[in-house]
Amino acid sequence: MNLADYIRERRARRGILLMTHAVVGYPSLEANRRMLDAMISADVDLVELQLPFSEPVADGPLFVKANLDALAGGASHGQYWNLFSETAARAPFPVLAMCYYNSAFRMGHAAFCERLRGSGGRGFIIPDLPREEYGDLEALSAENGLAAIQFFTPTSTDERMMRLAQGARGFVYCVARRGVTGSATELDRGLYDLLARYRRMTDLPLALGFGIASADDIRRLRGVVDIAIVGSALLRSWERGGEDAYRAHLTEMAQARYS
Amino acid sequence: MTQELFDFTKPGYYGQYGGAFVPEILRATLDELIAAFDAARADDQFWGAYVRELQTYSCRPTPVTPLPNLTKKLGGATICCKREDLNHTGAHKVNNVIGQGLLAKRMNKTRVIAETGAGQHGVATATMAARFGFECTIYMGAVDVRRQRPNVFWMEQLGATVVPIEDGSATLKDAINACLRDWSESMDSTHYVLGTACGPHPFPHMVSYFQSIIGQEARGQMLTQSGRLPDRVYACVGGGSNALGMFVPFIKNPEVELVGVEAGGHGIESGRHAARIPAHDIGVAQGYKTLFLQDDEGQMRETHSVAAGLDYIGVSPILAHLADTGRVRFTAARDDEAIAAAKLLIATEGIIPALESSHAFAGAIREAPSMRPDEIVLINLSGRGDKDIFTIADAIGDERWFSYLREMGARR
Repeated sequence: MNLADYIRERRARRGILLMTHAVVGYPSLEANRRMLDAMISADVDLVELQLPFSEPVADGPLFVKANLDALAGGASHGQYWNLFSETAARAPFPVLAMCYYNSAFRMGHAAFCERLRGSGGRGFIIPDLPREEYGDLEALSAENGLAAIQFFTPTSTDERMMRLAQGARGFVYCVARRGVTGSATELDRGLYDLLARYRRMTDLPLALGFGIASADDIRRLRGVVDIAIVGSALLRSWERGGEDAYRAHLTEMAQARYS
Repeated sequence: MTQELFDFTKPGYYGQYGGAFVPEILRATLDELIAAFDAARADDQFWGAYVRELQTYSCRPTPVTPLPNLTKKLGGATICCKREDLNHTGAHKVNNVIGQGLLAKRMNKTRVIAETGAGQHGVATATMAARFGFECTIYMGAVDVRRQRPNVFWMEQLGATVVPIEDGSATLKDAINACLRDWSESMDSTHYVLGTACGPHPFPHMVSYFQSIIGQEARGQMLTQSGRLPDRVYACVGGGSNALGMFVPFIKNPEVELVGVEAGGHGIESGRHAARIPAHDIGVAQGYKTLFLQDDEGQMRETHSVAAGLDYIGVSPILAHLADTGRVRFTAARDDEAIAAAKLLIATEGIIPALESSHAFAGAIREAPSMRPDEIVLINLSGRGDKDIFTIADAIGDERWFSYLREMGARR
């Protein structure tokens, strides 16, 4: 089943789906495994694993620190792909790669797609790669059955979104506000209007990210978007209270999908 | 003024380098900037207004100064230099900053942000912001804030907020990332005054366009003063803005050899340098594709140069392309060669060069002796060296300077 159909099928049974995130190597590979255990227990719907990069321009302070500390701790492509394939093999949810373009560019588009498919990946999110710079990556990702995730943002024109939608597979990553990852977003009327605009541009499922932090946020987004993406908020719980706080926060958000 | 400096293979590309690799949130902002830049270039009044502002505010045209004593000392080619050190704020940086400031006014922006390494571009931007009435935030690596306190002092006096960046290597590249993050949020009111010919399209083109005033003037001055164009032109290369500003107006004269001098640091073989051209590692970071100092997995490496303005991981995509085509020849000068060149220029001609510009002199000093006296060498003196007083005094080991610093410190 392709990624979009998996999402639609699951979405028919839940008011909203949950996609979670981990920066591989931060705070450690062992911690990543425990986070992934928690994601499996909570039955999250999708997971993105981020490959650390030295220049993470789309990320806010917490993920910048996560990227740089992971690298300082010796994070490597080898470790990343090992954890990726281990996760894809044991987890029930689809796993996506999130990386900056230089990582894929240095591997080469073909090698990147083959490695991702070979590791059990279902798609990729590259925040600094606009569609017009994809080159043969678009064709190669299709050949390898990988969903190339595109972004809609509050500054995107309708014309631009229509062009991006043509290359989009799986779902569209909808950015809730200006700025970078990790700070709060007002879930207000303006956001709902924005989502309605995004909705008109594609038939693919919509995933909303940037600033979703609590079970209440998830409840308010039920029926409004297909997927809520939670990254920084969960990592912040780990930083504050370790595995227990992380599990509690994740469980609460996972349950908010229904109640 | 030649409005079109380059023949694009595709928009924003120079051979295989360039492009715009930014988060989607910034796409519309770059489109707005491209439109404003295109409209400004098409406006007959714009370039004139730019030149007038620099003539009345920043001592343009800067002279071309013959260097007879250095020429005699080296015993080869006839040497002269373009005096960008005489600009307001002491370097070529002000050209680009005034140009982008005029553009930001046309776009009705009320705030400007900029990255800075050594602080020269930060001071220039804060100066422009004070004059044009923009709110101003300067991002600067925390390491650079500590080693460039005088510049931080002036930026703050000029009304700018200086934000130290602790991420990563806490230097120039991290300040650029911080600017891109700020801009992702603030683009409605804010223009990002990128300081060099790097970053996403249209910055490499736009910065080269404004800086080309250097080479345009120098061309005319050489024809008037020497009756012909120079045989070789040298410029130091950090991001590449002074080099492109000098080189671009000579590009279509193949008889003029163009030489870019990168920072050799402790020597290329030491691994502690900022020479991006020799390793030829193509990558994508900070919004553009070029040659970066990076490892096999594409992580950016630490760079080193005694000159903070050259201490950067990437090089202008335009220069990377001109290196590939062979139109610009690249070499590198080590820290010690740059300091020796600065001392020689100070002693022979009474000119104090910035350590960045001293790399261009070091390259020329190495090669000029094997040239004939009827051959002419033009060096871009991109900035003055007063800012480097701490570094140069340290390298020279001047005891009286050290005791002065101790006394000043003891007074507080």
